[in-house]
This record gives sequence, structure tokens and C-alpha cells, in this order.
Amino acid sequence: MDFTIQNQKDTRSGFGEGLLEVGRRNPKVVAYCADLTGSLKMGDFAKEFPERFFQTGIAEANMIDMAAGMALSGFVPFTGTFAAFATGRVYDQIRQSVAYSNKNVKIAASHAGLTLGEDGATHQILEDIGLMKMLPNMTVIVPCDFNQTKNATLAAAEYDGPVYLRFGRPKVPNFTPEDEPLIIGKAQMLQEGTDVTIFACGHLVWKAIQALPILKEMGINAELINIHTIKPLDVEAVLKSVAKTRCVVTAEEHQRNGGLGDSIAQVLALNTPYPMEMVAVNDMFGQSGKPDELLKTYHLDTPDIVEAVKKVVARKQ
Amino acid sequence: MTINELERIASQVRRDIIRMVHGCQSGHPGGSLGATDVVTALYFDQMQIDPANFRMDGNGEDMFFLSNGHISPMLYSILARRGYFPVSELATFRQLGTRLQGHPTTVEGLPGVRIASGSLGQGLSVAIGAAQAKKLNGDPHLVYVLMGDGEQEEGQIWEAAMYAPAKGVDNLIAIVDYNKKQIDGSTDDVLSLGDLRAKYEAFGWYVLEMSGNNMQAIVNILRLARENAHQHRPQLILAHTEMGMGVDFMMGTHKWHGSAPNDEQAARALAQLKETLGDY
Repeated sequence: MDFTIQNQKDTRSGFGEGLLEVGRRNPKVVAYCADLTGSLKMGDFAKEFPERFFQTGIAEANMIDMAAGMALSGFVPFTGTFAAFATGRVYDQIRQSVAYSNKNVKIAASHAGLTLGEDGATHQILEDIGLMKMLPNMTVIVPCDFNQTKNATLAAAEYDGPVYLRFGRPKVPNFTPEDEPLIIGKAQMLQEGTDVTIFACGHLVWKAIQALPILKEMGINAELINIHTIKPLDVEAVLKSVAKTRCVVTAEEHQRNGGLGDSIAQVLALNTPYPMEMVAVNDMFGQSGKPDELLKTYHLDTPDIVEAVKKVVARKQ
Repeated sequence: MTINELERIASQVRRDIIRMVHGCQSGHPGGSLGATDVVTALYFDQMQIDPANFRMDGNGEDMFFLSNGHISPMLYSILARRGYFPVSELATFRQLGTRLQGHPTTVEGLPGVRIASGSLGQGLSVAIGAAQAKKLNGDPHLVYVLMGDGEQEEGQIWEAAMYAPAKGVDNLIAIVDYNKKQIDGSTDDVLSLGDLRAKYEAFGWYVLEMSGNNMQAIVNILRLARENAHQHRPQLILAHTEMGMGVDFMMGTHKWHGSAPNDEQAARALAQLKETLGDY
């Protein structure tokens, strides 16, 4: 893949553009937002389709269940709020009315992870992937840049069933092809290699891409795979890669417990145990700060991925 | 349907409830018995529905949601008696592999159930979503939801209560099963609901009240509510009911909220309830 930076854009704007496009394509698409229309970039949809946009006020539980009721009649509702309020606050509503009842609701969650920045730990949810992936029937998608978030939104609208779509706040390098559809459950090979497999998701994919030339200079030929769909996990792609590289690093903006690394570790443990290192937040809450400062402080940056690779390659030998 | 016919159905539904709960030695007979008359009137007299061709999407018909899912025996009996599924299936209530789960669910594909309920406080929101879907579809049919009174203690109820009038959801009729009891005791003792009518009215609802165990009164008020629909306001009916209605020793107490009668108690209860349509 060509890693040329096309521009710097926020993933939430990819969602906003994607939502507008699915609204134009499918008259059954409706959107709910709990007083965060600007933050979620849902304003263009609301303006173009006012009759299909529902402002719920700051009432997320009501929003999720209304979306479930709306989905009954064949509509495709997207709900929009911050990831912290889209998951933990409404877990029971999602569990009973969306996941257990298997309703076609798309839970769009912005401002996930530490890169929310200055608002601090109340808003920096690092547990949402785990919460959502534990629910039967739930699909969990964590796209890595603007283009992929837009394409993930298109894919979520086409898919029949509950989807959790996680994205973020800051502007980050946009590098995936604009016209490459996101295939739910199909891992994205970014670079083939032989010595180690790095599985990354979300904002950490770019951090991993930056690690590749550094590793190459060290004589480590790394394979990089973007796991944009945490669930269902592309087990076949994981096993195929590790059969070749025989050691693994995972990188994500999430707790170790319950995240991408946890899913990969389960696949390895059940099939073919290999040494593994996890770049993730280790059982602690975030704090206020600039996004890049926070990624450094919590050891989710490119040097941390490099260190994890060195460690795991050494363990392999 | 005549009042007498509706009362005969309600009597059979009450027998079904006692027999189902007795059969599996679990479930919630008290609230089920209390809410029987209201939901019987809805399904056999008021709602425009097509039980033989159940559609999950509810397009072109009225829809009903049971928010307080624990009174599932009442719902299952009425659905079966109305023709959604065979009456004989009532014997499987709460048994392993049944479509009649302890609380209603869609997983097993039971006709008549559109969403799971059991965790309280969610049904009003679901009903609002379904009602707004009907508006988008240009479908003039109505959406009904039954809630418990103890359930009014859930915060989400008041999110929904604020939303529906603010957004003019006027094709929605919410009913509170107002028996003034919950699992730990009377609602006054557990957490007083205060003036429930005034609260809903302050939120912008048009509120009606009825005796929820008097079939003539129920039919009159449900008809009135249908006539009132599509006039810019959601409606709420406070149905004054008696938990355990129809079985003397189950009335006037909260003790039968969630416990099953033994053999002797079941026999005593059934002796008070006329078999009108044939037991399952």
C-alpha cells in the first residue's frame, strides 16, 4: 500500500460525509443525535434530510431505544454521540433492545480513546471495544483514517444487523484509498513482512506505519495488518500471518483488557501460541492533555511499537 | 366485541396465567392478573392487527409493546388466544428451548413479539421510535405501550416522557398499569411516585384515567384515546388496577408479584376463574 498522506482529516468528518452519502443512497437511513451534531459532523445530514434527523437532547438511553423501535419498521437508524456515552452509559439499552433483539441499529461513536485530548478521563473511554465485542450479534468496526471511516459508514449502512462504529476527534493522516470499500470482517494487509506481525486498529495504524522504516533499519521486516473489524475477527488472516512471522505485536487506543490485543491473544492461545506484546493502556484512566502528548505518556506512540517489536522478536529467538 | 365476550376471554387468560406459572413454578402472576383486562381489550377489541400474518415491521397495523416484560404470562396467553401461535404452546412457558421465555424476546421467533423486554424503563422509548417510524411511513395506525407503575422509577422513562410531547408524537398511547405495588412493597413505601398524572401533564401529555379492571370503562377510555390520536400530543392512560385481580388471596398484597402458587393454591385460584374457552 502507498502510505502517502493525502491530507490531515478527522475520522469523525469521514463519518459525517459517509452519513450524508448513505442518506442520499437510501431513503430508509435515519439519524439520531444526542446534542452533539457538530461534534459528530451530522449537520449536513440534518440539513439535507430534516425529516429523517431526530435531535434527542441529552438523553442517550432514550435515543438508543428509539432507534431500536425505528429499526423495526425497516429503517436504518444511526445514533450519534461520544463513545463514552454511546456504550457505558447505555449498555443495558444496547444489550436488550439492540444486540439481544438483533435490531439494525448503527451506533456511531466519536471522540473515542485518549486522543479526545483536553476533556480528560471522563470522556476518554478506553473500554468501549471490550463492552461492545462481548455482546452477541454486535459487529465492532474501528477504522483508521478519514477515508476508511467514510467507507466504514457506507459498509455499516449496507450490513443488516447491529454495528458499533468507533472513531475519533483529532485530525490525523488520511492515507487509505478513497475508493477502497471496507469489507466488514476482512483484515486489511498494509505491508507484507516476515519477522513479526503488527496488528493495529484506529489511530494506532498510522503510528505503526511510522514504525515500519525504523524497524527496517534495524533489519526487522515487519508485516502490518489493519484490523478495522474487531468483531467478527478475520481469524484466517491472523493465523495465516502468524504462521509466517511467528510473533505478534498489537497496537490500539484502548485498554489491554477487552481490546484488539485481547481478541488476537485468544486466537493465538486457542490455535497456535506465539510470543506476543500489547501496545495498549494498561488498566488505568486517561487525563487531560494534547492528543500526541497523551499517546506518548501512555506509551501508545511509534517508539513504543518499535520497542514492543524488538522485545517480541527477541522472545521468539 | 361485546363486554361480556371480552370478560369471558379475560377469565380464560387468568386461568392460563395461573396454570403457566404453576406449571413451571416461577413467573409473575400478580401483575399479569391485574393487567389482563386492559390488554385483552386492546387485542380483542381495539387494535387493528392481523395475527395470522404477523409482520415484524408492523406496517399497516397497530403495534403493542410490553415494557414491563415480567408479566409475560398475560401477554403470551392473549397472543395465543388471539391466534398468533397455538394455545398448546403455553404449556412450554419458561421450559428449556421454549419460545415463551421468562421475559419476551424475539430470538426464538415467537409471533407477536417485536423486541425483548425485561430490563425496565425501555418500552416507552421503543414505542416512540416505532411511532415516529409510522409517521415517516405515512401509516396512520397507532402504537400502544404498557408500562408498570414501579417502572416509572426508572430515569429513562422521563427522558422519553420529555421527548414525546416535545416532538409531537401523537400516534402513541402509553398505559401505566397503576396497581400501586412493586416487588418490595407498595410504591408509596418503596419510592413514592407522587402525583403521576400531574407529572405527565407537566411534561405535556394528555392524560386519561380509568378503572383498569372494569371492561366497560376500559373500552370506553381506549375508544376515546383512539379518537384523540393525531392531535399533536401523546396520550397516557393511568389504568387503576388491582394486582392479583380475580384470585381473592392474591389481591391486596404485593406478595404474588413474583412467586408461583403451589398445587393447593393453584386449585383454589382456578376454582375462582371460569374456564370459558377451554384450557390449553
